[in-house]
Amino acid sequence: MTALLVQTLNGLAAASSLFLVAVGLSLIFGVTRIVNFAHGSFYMLGVYIAYSVATYFGNAFGFWGGVLAAGVAVALLGVIVEVAILRRIYAAPELLQLIATFALVLIIKDAALYIWGPEDLLGPRAPGFTGAVEIFGRPFPTYDLLLIVLGVAMLFALTTFIKRTRFGLLLRAATEDREMTDALGVNQKLLFTAVFALGCFLAGFGGALQLPREPATLNMDLNIIADVFVVVVIGGLGSLYGAFVAAVIISLVKAYCIGLGNVAMFGVEFEFSKLTLVAEFIVMALVLVFKPNGLFGRPFSHPRASEVIETPIGKPSNVQYATLLVGLMLAASLPLVFDEYTSVLATDVLIFALFAASLGLIIGTAGLGSFGHAAYFGLGAYGAALAAKAGFGFAPSLVCGVALSLTASIVFGWFCVRLSGTYMAMLTLAFAQIVWSIVFQWDAVTGGSNGIVGVWPPELFSDRDNFYWLALALCGAGVLFCWWIVYTPLGYALRASRDSQVKAHAIGLSVMRLQWAAFALAGALGGVAGAIYAFSKGSISPDVSAIPRSVDALVMVLLGGINTLLGPVVGAAVFTWLQDTLARSTEYWRAVLGAIILLLVMVFPKGIVGSIQSLTASMKKRSAA
Amino acid sequence: MKTKSFLLAALIAAVGLPASAQSTIKIGEINSYKAQPAFLEPYKKGWELAQDEINAAGGVNGKKLETIFRDDNATPGDAVRVAEELVSREKVALVSGTFLSNVGLAVGDFAKQRKVLFIASEPLTDKLTWATGNDYTFRLRANTAMQTAMLVPEAAKLNKKRWGIVYPNYEYGQSAANWFKKYMTSQSTSGIEFVEQAAPLGKIDAGSVVQAMLDAKVDAVFNVTFGADLQKFVREGNTRGLFTNRPVVSLLSGEPEYLDTLKDETPAGWIVTGYPVMEINTPEHKAFRDAYQKKYNDYPRLGSVVGYATVKSIAAMLKKSGSTDVAKMQGAMKNLEVMSPFGKITWRAQDHQSTMGAYVGKLAKKDGKGVMVDWRYVDGKTVQPTDDEVKRLRASAK
Amino acid sequence: MTPALDILGLKKSFGGVAAVKGIDFNVNAGEAVALIGPNGAGKTTCFNLINGQLKPDAGSVSLFGENITSRSPEALFRAGVARTFQITATFATMTVRENVQLALMSHNGSATKVFCFATSQHAARADVLLNDVGLQSQSSRPCAELAYGDLKRLELAVALANDPRLLLMDEPTAGMSPQERDGLMQLALTVCRERKLALLFTEHDMDVVFKFADRIIVMNRGRLIAQGRPDEVRANEEVRKVYLGSTHV
Ligand SMILES: Nc1ncnc2c1ncn2[C@@H]1O[C@H](COP(=O)(O)OP(=O)(O)OP(=O)(O)O)[C@@H](O)[C@H]1O
Ligand SMILES: [Mg+2]
Repeated sequence: MTALLVQTLNGLAAASSLFLVAVGLSLIFGVTRIVNFAHGSFYMLGVYIAYSVATYFGNAFGFWGGVLAAGVAVALLGVIVEVAILRRIYAAPELLQLIATFALVLIIKDAALYIWGPEDLLGPRAPGFTGAVEIFGRPFPTYDLLLIVLGVAMLFALTTFIKRTRFGLLLRAATEDREMTDALGVNQKLLFTAVFALGCFLAGFGGALQLPREPATLNMDLNIIADVFVVVVIGGLGSLYGAFVAAVIISLVKAYCIGLGNVAMFGVEFEFSKLTLVAEFIVMALVLVFKPNGLFGRPFSHPRASEVIETPIGKPSNVQYATLLVGLMLAASLPLVFDEYTSVLATDVLIFALFAASLGLIIGTAGLGSFGHAAYFGLGAYGAALAAKAGFGFAPSLVCGVALSLTASIVFGWFCVRLSGTYMAMLTLAFAQIVWSIVFQWDAVTGGSNGIVGVWPPELFSDRDNFYWLALALCGAGVLFCWWIVYTPLGYALRASRDSQVKAHAIGLSVMRLQWAAFALAGALGGVAGAIYAFSKGSISPDVSAIPRSVDALVMVLLGGINTLLGPVVGAAVFTWLQDTLARSTEYWRAVLGAIILLLVMVFPKGIVGSIQSLTASMKKRSAA
Repeated sequence: MKTKSFLLAALIAAVGLPASAQSTIKIGEINSYKAQPAFLEPYKKGWELAQDEINAAGGVNGKKLETIFRDDNATPGDAVRVAEELVSREKVALVSGTFLSNVGLAVGDFAKQRKVLFIASEPLTDKLTWATGNDYTFRLRANTAMQTAMLVPEAAKLNKKRWGIVYPNYEYGQSAANWFKKYMTSQSTSGIEFVEQAAPLGKIDAGSVVQAMLDAKVDAVFNVTFGADLQKFVREGNTRGLFTNRPVVSLLSGEPEYLDTLKDETPAGWIVTGYPVMEINTPEHKAFRDAYQKKYNDYPRLGSVVGYATVKSIAAMLKKSGSTDVAKMQGAMKNLEVMSPFGKITWRAQDHQSTMGAYVGKLAKKDGKGVMVDWRYVDGKTVQPTDDEVKRLRASAK
Repeated sequence: MTPALDILGLKKSFGGVAAVKGIDFNVNAGEAVALIGPNGAGKTTCFNLINGQLKPDAGSVSLFGENITSRSPEALFRAGVARTFQITATFATMTVRENVQLALMSHNGSATKVFCFATSQHAARADVLLNDVGLQSQSSRPCAELAYGDLKRLELAVALANDPRLLLMDEPTAGMSPQERDGLMQLALTVCRERKLALLFTEHDMDVVFKFADRIIVMNRGRLIAQGRPDEVRANEEVRKVYLGSTHV
């Protein structure tokens, strides 16, 4: 019993800094609707800056000053980022800020590597809070007690601040009703910058407070970002109390899992500590299934700039058919002109093009959010690999992979389409993480973290050029199918559900079922990509369904241009090629990749294809006039 | 080379000319440079030091060694693509490197499929040379089973009944925990109990884990965590008194990569495997350390040794084979003897595992820094399973 | 004769606000009925309750004697209910014709086909409907470019695509010139008479109401305060009070 109580305290201490970071993200999202991937990076910078200041001065002033300085410095950086980058692309389609912040993640990581070096940096203990006190007969760190108090204090400080100040009023107004803030005549630009700075301050401050508990490492950004998203979503987007309660719930669940350790149940030994890998995502999935807007969230009126920019599609024109034919012929002749490795790289491009195109079907045509598309890529890959290992032939294995991802997307989709907006996107992420953790832990079947090796295609296709042609045929067919769908009644019905849900209902369309169908279809096509991927590499491991792969797909779609046919394909090609080229020729390739993506986002705010299209359209208009 | 467009490379390939003048031997090196810089930056330095030494001495078989470094983005898929590039476009004689076990296994399987030689330097998974071992894959570093076996005699000597095991929740941690349980159970006459804590890699909730160990009333701890998890575990353990009167046996914690970070937090008395870099004064290590310090104005880390020994092994192999023919190189790798900074190592024929060992000793604090004391070198060949066992383990491999 | 639409004791509140407080009325086939009342009276809420967009707290809605309370909008569309929206709702990324075609596809149960081009479906019929509402010249324009009045017309064409038995029009002529209003309402009335469909519309323009409605139902603050022939309603004291200051009445 006392063990349980002490674990509760452990959980509360862990919840404190999680809360601070998460509440920052929640405020930013509430007001600006930006899904800020770089929030984890700001947190990481907080830890590093606090480390530098604390070790430079080496005394109590250095430590506590460093904690504050970290918050302020990160807030300043936030202002720069908001003014220099994000502000320029608020008018762009929703989610585009997402890839801008993703680019920032890459840049900040390399910057931290450059400034602080590769080694982990363990900070000093907090002056005055170095030891432990006896609680229930167990030594408990005094710093953890301080953290608990600080967490609660910050909750009250923030609530009071938001309740009592004019800034708080505006902040609440902007979160709850955008039109109202417009009506209040608020300087929206200033409000956005201020909120972004506040959120960043909290991230940096929360990070700095972790300094006595964990070393500054270059992996902190991605390690925390998923947790933070989860907290924000469980609590309800934009909700202060929600973030606090969610942080506490998650931390407690983890602490109890650890406290339980190995338990024999029904004669089977069960290791609860292993659950800590996915505990937060299981909690999130459960919460969202029962409370579609999180614990304390309200349904969001509508996302900012949700208006879709897309010209009517109609039927493919002769020019389009001709272009397609020429494109296919060029693609098919690629191995005849270029070397073997070009075929290898182009095979990757094809696979990711299909993966991105299938995601484009969901987020473009159907207008639904998905942050977890890698689940279906991964299941396609694992389904195919496991079938191949079980002795199935090449084609049947591909079918098995697709069947697995289709099944999963049907099941997951059923839950996901009941939600909307960012909540839905986060539920897809939760499912993807659950898939990932099963694959990661089920050693006996999936090979655990090592994955499965020896998944090669038959002799004929072990030639890289032949495999490329095969991939061109399969992925090409998949991409064409994605395109085709857009022209069909189903595609129109999907776009109708996206453009105006009430109207779609009123003309007799079952919006939810349509979206479910789109989800299942996209999952299956993502599975095709995954299955081919497995055979192109000969081996797979859990990273095929991990978060970075989902993010890559999002970046490809948005970079190329959401709501354009060609966008995902172009995005996949550009992203894959860039990564391959940069990783080969520069040392700080990650930062360069980030900078190029940022540049592309600035130059092509509607995605590469989208921006070129509207440019040519406006040129046509001008010449016609 | 980089600035030349791939069109040119393609043209050359198309006419069937050899891609480069044959005055150098190209080695393809694949690693997670961006994902694991703490290990791999010193690794690359060690690598380049060895290559410079060899080339300064005239190279191998009259040719200079040239390494093409590639980042694998820490994913097996990218690693395989990069390997394709190295083999087909750069025409490297062999591929080498890798840090993560899943990446190592993927490149190993690629090597088998494409019939190229792969010298894995760092990945620790047992499977690389056993369950999924193959004719084309060789590995330098002592695998997880060997690393664990080095500590088992010390752990057994402690005569403790109830062991807490803390490990990162992925294959390396699971495998180490399993070997430990297996070896310990087979060593002891009275029953031994184990209490396990699996922590997500890089995200250990150290306070809770330490608390759980205390509540479980363990007599001793076997630690497998490393990196950030280790630092967190140590600090919480120190604060909460987990390590007072409770011996700890710990994998890899004596490596400078980790001790440098722990500094005055270093838990004295832990029995660890590691690398007491400043105290090994064998001629071969002293020469290595001096050369490294001279070139980089920094002391070597374990990564430096791994990179250095990999290149030295490759050079020795090439000298022995006298050619870059794959079959000849495969043959030369078997029973190859090389002088490494840790002394002479042998690349075993039966499982393609080198006998490079590690140092076992105790942690201590000296001038606010962590050091290893009472250490001794454990030769890798003394902690290998029997040849019969190896044969059985490799049975499923082809 | 069973009325086309029969409403009994319909109630709906949002949190604390009671928007519709128990009302009864009916509409017969071939009859045009106007539902009027000041802003916030509960007219749109009534429409939302009838076409299934909202679920009533109490009461029932019957269509030709069949209880259709709380059915989904999709199901009611199949049952022959069509509506237009006060705040126009169209599919902005499609052309005018495509909007109508999609409604036709849905009506014919072919909106989930995947082996044909959407734009080849029911093109001729769509053109007829667009011609009826006077949008033939705009049929290939992106819907996002249309003027407000044209959007209203498009909404009517889309609603008629369902060949409805009950047509609900929420302020169909807002934003139109007087001539346009008459044209549109005349069309709706013709369809109503010819196909014997029940037409229920809300309207703030009293000229339109008195000119086209066979019967008028007046709501205020969620209650039905009067109903009857236009001249009866015009004479009603309470209606006059509600519309005090409004010179139209
Ligand atoms: N979704 C909703 N949530 C909360 N209140 C609502 C909602 N919809 C309508 N109301 C309220 O119900 C009442 C009736 O609104 P309704 O839109 O039905 O009026 P109306 O008669 O159509 O008015 P108008 O002539 O302005 O269109 C109003 O007080 C309105 O604020
Ligand atoms: Mg209304």
